[in-house]
Amino acid sequence: MAEAADLTQFREETRAWLEANCPPEMRQPVKSEEDVCWGGRNFKFQSDAQKRWLEVMAQRGWTTPDWPREVGGGGLTPAESKILKEEMRRIGARNPLNSFGISMLGPALLKYGTEEQKQRFLPPIVRGEIRWCQGYSEPGAGSDLAGLQTRAEDMGDHYLVNGQKVWTSYADQADWIFCLVRTSTESKHGGISFLLFDMESEGVSTKPILLISGYSPFCETFMDNVKVPKDQVVGEVNKGWDVAKYLLGHEREMISGMGLGGGTALLGKTLGEIDDPALRAEVAAFDVDALAFAAMSERFIDQLKAGEAHPAMPSMMKYAGTELNKKRHELIMAGGGSDTLEWESERTRKGKPAREWLRTKANSIEGGTSEVQLGIIAKHILRLPGA
Amino acid sequence: MTLLTDDQRQLHDMAKSFLAEEGTIKKQLRHWRDTGCKDGFGHGLWKQFAELGLTGIAIPEDNGGLGLGATEAALVLEEVGRNLTPSPFLTTAVAAARALEGTAQGNRWFPGILAGDTVAALAIDEGKHHRPGAVATTATRSGNGFTLSGAKQFVVHGASADVILVAARTGGSVGEREGVTLFAVERDANGLDIENVTLADHSKAARLTFNDVVVDADAVVGEVDNGWAPLSRALNAGRAGSAAELVGVAAGSADMTTDYLKQRKQFGKLIGEFQALQHRAAHLFSEIEIARAAAYKAAELLDAGSDRAELMVHVAKAKAGRAAALSVQEGVQMHGGIGMTDEHDIGFYMKRQAVLDRLFGDWRFHAGEVARLAGY
Ligand SMILES: Cc1cc2nc3c(=O)[nH]c(=O)nc-3n(C[C@H](O)[C@H](O)[C@H](O)COP(=O)(O)OP(=O)(O)OC[C@H]3O[C@@H](n4cnc5c(N)ncnc54)[C@H](O)[C@@H]3O)c2cc1C
Repeated sequence: MAEAADLTQFREETRAWLEANCPPEMRQPVKSEEDVCWGGRNFKFQSDAQKRWLEVMAQRGWTTPDWPREVGGGGLTPAESKILKEEMRRIGARNPLNSFGISMLGPALLKYGTEEQKQRFLPPIVRGEIRWCQGYSEPGAGSDLAGLQTRAEDMGDHYLVNGQKVWTSYADQADWIFCLVRTSTESKHGGISFLLFDMESEGVSTKPILLISGYSPFCETFMDNVKVPKDQVVGEVNKGWDVAKYLLGHEREMISGMGLGGGTALLGKTLGEIDDPALRAEVAAFDVDALAFAAMSERFIDQLKAGEAHPAMPSMMKYAGTELNKKRHELIMAGGGSDTLEWESERTRKGKPAREWLRTKANSIEGGTSEVQLGIIAKHILRLPGA
Repeated sequence: MTLLTDDQRQLHDMAKSFLAEEGTIKKQLRHWRDTGCKDGFGHGLWKQFAELGLTGIAIPEDNGGLGLGATEAALVLEEVGRNLTPSPFLTTAVAAARALEGTAQGNRWFPGILAGDTVAALAIDEGKHHRPGAVATTATRSGNGFTLSGAKQFVVHGASADVILVAARTGGSVGEREGVTLFAVERDANGLDIENVTLADHSKAARLTFNDVVVDADAVVGEVDNGWAPLSRALNAGRAGSAAELVGVAAGSADMTTDYLKQRKQFGKLIGEFQALQHRAAHLFSEIEIARAAAYKAAELLDAGSDRAELMVHVAKAKAGRAAALSVQEGVQMHGGIGMTDEHDIGFYMKRQAVLDRLFGDWRFHAGEVARLAGY
């Protein structure tokens, strides 16, 4: 299919603009967690190039290419966003900004937020000024998320929040939190509200938890008499579950991207010499799965943007993408033999392969476990009884 | 964009309703099997394909066909797969037509194919596994033409074909692509022995023996020694097409199974209420969706003439083969005892999957080709 003339023109302009504006350092592959730009009040840029790349992209709204211009987004059509992504990939451009604000909260605010909330919260997300974290899970409410207990009491002009969240990714580095709280005990799903508040509010504290990979990207988050103004409720009071679910769809869509493995190279080409025919066969079968998944991912995004995707499809993508990514890292470990077992060595850049392998095990847990996703597919797509 | 155009959607809808009406297991597959038909398919249905223009789906417009691409073929084949409709559509109208396009032999056979009178077959495999480069059948120059000797197997509809496209070696050595020439051989050629073999899915394929079969020079499809060009067109089209048909087989079997989960009761519950089965059904759904995306992508790249097309065709055939294998295995298992009976249709899906997976190379072959193309 030939590209329409206006799209070809957009592609040419985009290519030229990226060529002129993407600093060469930002075209190098991301080597470690520190290379990833998360923005926020306390973010320390690794280099001028990293800072400049965020600024020029944010100015065009291209950190959020398909958000409306009124909130600082790029206002691009789905076809244009896709071209931007392709052109960035072509030169190996890094993502200028990683952000839960972009991948999770933003879409929920665009759908459920008031005009005032959109104007207040979205532009700082586009510019990477405010870093958000997600306060969903609690010690007693994981897969059964709606069983959450954190209370928000109506004090007339504000809410008073008390309770505990857990597994809150980057809570210790985030500026604000989007948080599910119980505003009524009369109904399980119908008593939940969706609140936004500043992590510097009095009464909020966090405690990092160490992962098996040796990193500690997530925390326990405690709320002790935290005052939250009433205009920071998103959607209707007691109807936060709808907002929460909508946001989860976007979270799952984002996590499903793990299946793409961050690049286009076939795994078998990156492993070095494969002298074991059993491993070669396994890797070849994996590459089939990975390329098929990449085709699925492209189709899914096109369908989503055209409004043709089933609302539960993010669950399918999340399930398939994360299981694939786990498999990828199993094979990287297998291909690397005892080299990849080294944990502290400089040769492995401080155990990168092993730590990443362990980190991927969370992919099928975070954002809802694989079992939960399969349950959603069974219920909402296959419409199996009692699911 | 990976979304279908309006024209493609229309064609898909047309194929869907046509095959759901005329191509059903009861009317076609079961009927021809039970009546012991030697062709394994109905010529009446093939005529209907022609009336709808479908036999000319891939034939160039200049030759009176629809001149459509691999994507359109895939949409029809998905429905063929879903209904297990036996017909020469894949091998004749999709694969052989691609081999014949732009050749003098094409001009000769296209009118019959368009009319639904002619069946064309492809004679590629020589051993029990698909190794298209390993052509050992020879064609030696003699007089004004060539003499063919050797043997072929798994020639779908070989016994009912009017013309058989045969890969034979005019030069080079076994394993090389150069030196392969493609010939159009008529069924009644002297010295051609045809054994009509019934396969596990009740379809017909032939074993052919060429005992010094003499053909004219104009039987060559394309150029002498350059048969790999038309052959690879046919292989790409056949593989992408069979991948799409496998997606249809997988989807048909999965739908039948999901329906059964909503009907069958045990322990006082619908078996679809058991989470062990729900999760397996959901996993299967995911695999089929991904296989479909891969099949569509392969077709899209073929139609665009992309240099990534061949790789993606291998991916599609391998992925669809595995998704369909999973689907039919889960299908029979989740039906329990009744799934093992000839009376129930689910078993037909299992048998068709086994044949289609091997046709134009099984999933292991294609996974191996992915590795080879990638250079590991
Ligand atoms: C790295 C990481 C980052 C995370 N980041 C965040 C974050 O930023 N914010 C946040 O709010 N949360 C976060 N989470 C939490 C995550 O969403 C939960 O861990 C997840 O939803 C599972 O809940 P759980 O840990 O309580 O496990 P449980 O729900 O206790 O599950 C235990 C096991 O039981 C299975 N199970 C449970 N119910 C069923 C069922 N009905 N059928 C079949 N099997 C079932 C599960 O699949 C799992 O295998 C993060 C988790 C990880 C690992």
